[in-house]
Amino acid sequence: MRKRRRSLSTSLALLVTVSLLSAPACAVEPKDRTSTSQQNVSAERARELEHLVRQDCGSCHGMTLKGGLGPGLTPERLASTDRASIASIILDGVPDTPMPPWRPLISETDAVWIADYLLTGRTP
Amino acid sequence: MNIASSAHRLGLILLAFVTACLPLNAEMSTLRGTGDLGIIIERATGSLLVFDSTRRATIARVEGLGDLSHASAVMSPDARYAFVFGRDGGLTKVDLLTGSIAARVVQAGNSIGGAISDDGRLVAVANYDPGGIKVFDTETLKEVADIPATCAKGRSKVVGLEDAPGRRFVFSLWDAGETWIADFSTPGEPRVTRLSGIGDRPYDALITTDGRYYVAGLFGEDGLTTIDLWQTPLAPRRILSGYGNGEAKLPVYKMPHLEGWALAGDRFVLPAIGRPELLWVDSRTFTEVARTKVHGQPVFAVARPDGRQVWVNFAHPHNDTIQVIDSVTGSVMREWKAGPAVLHIEFTPRGHEVWVSVRDGNVVQVYDTHTFELKAEIPARNPSGIFLASRAYRTGL
Repeated sequence: MRKRRRSLSTSLALLVTVSLLSAPACAVEPKDRTSTSQQNVSAERARELEHLVRQDCGSCHGMTLKGGLGPGLTPERLASTDRASIASIILDGVPDTPMPPWRPLISETDAVWIADYLLTGRTP
Repeated sequence: MNIASSAHRLGLILLAFVTACLPLNAEMSTLRGTGDLGIIIERATGSLLVFDSTRRATIARVEGLGDLSHASAVMSPDARYAFVFGRDGGLTKVDLLTGSIAARVVQAGNSIGGAISDDGRLVAVANYDPGGIKVFDTETLKEVADIPATCAKGRSKVVGLEDAPGRRFVFSLWDAGETWIADFSTPGEPRVTRLSGIGDRPYDALITTDGRYYVAGLFGEDGLTTIDLWQTPLAPRRILSGYGNGEAKLPVYKMPHLEGWALAGDRFVLPAIGRPELLWVDSRTFTEVARTKVHGQPVFAVARPDGRQVWVNFAHPHNDTIQVIDSVTGSVMREWKAGPAVLHIEFTPRGHEVWVSVRDGNVVQVYDTHTFELKAEIPARNPSGIFLASRAYRTGL
């Protein structure tokens, strides 16, 4: 779990130490009601993926996923696309567009989790 | 009688005036300049911090600026106001002295930055949706012009909006491969010049500090396009064609930014797209003279104002690292992990210190650029862009 409220430190060394100490601290997975894919991803990984979607996918799709250089990824925009297709686009990208393949960085399980996350609109 | 009545009225007016001035006088007890102030965008919370770069401290937080992911800002000529461009089309005029919003409009659905005219009277915003630019009066934020980026596909997303001398704005059309110049030098409707054949999907651009060259980076091609704005007629010229040697691009997890381009001596340095490299370009001939292999795909390559060093940050998943390049040798002189998600780098006007935002560390770090000592860490909520008021005095920033 990423430590959110870090006390102010003027020491870079301390910052690094704190980062290292921020090991997974929360092992309690919230009861999932949305999809089976969600049970294959730990609560900690889910938080990391949510962060990835908002911050890094958000570079192009907007932090609130309403679009940017890339299209919006809200449930309404994705309504006609199924989970497997979305996961496949995430993993392999879209040739000749800026959408890169994320396969080098995330697993297939992760991609399916993200597809569900987008489709169920549990986005901010 | 009449005179007495007038005197009475004058007295009331004076009293009202003095009363109105009281809060102002209270503020005047902290009279100060703005040259060393700046703002830090807090992207996730729609807020920004006003900071004092001399004291290395924040002095105010301004909230209510909407979606600030990928937000940027330009500064008024008096260095008092920041014009902040939000992702959601919001344009907010922020008073650095009072730490408050002076004016705000939501002018489009999706935006990507803007520019301020050389006379400081006009602020222009680049919009993805609806594609085009809109131009506003900097005093009131009243709309002055709306220029839809029409093309064969309908309306294009606009990128790389820059200010050019002579009340002009230059910008590129992602979907159409065109660059347009909107000239506001005469009263009435702006004169718009369209240049086609810029290349496949320009994604960002820069303008040199002298306002002469506009350089657009291309996503769909191996190269960039430059336009010499001193030339008549204007003619785009392809440069660095084939810098990728025809090799497949690596996946681009974050588009590089050209605005922080770096002039170092007689050459400038640009982040390559889809390659972990910096490209060194002769500033007179626009030919490639060298290349530096770096830690990951560069996002910003920013020169210290004297050009002696170039500081580089990287795209995901290498975004915890900073590299400093020696601009004389072109080699990496320093490298360290600054923290999770280093997003932006802003030098003080003379370059003695640099402010670095570490988004996931919720901190902005201040380094001495000569000793590399970490001088301060400023808490901030998911900080992204950092913009000093001194940008007011540079074309293209």
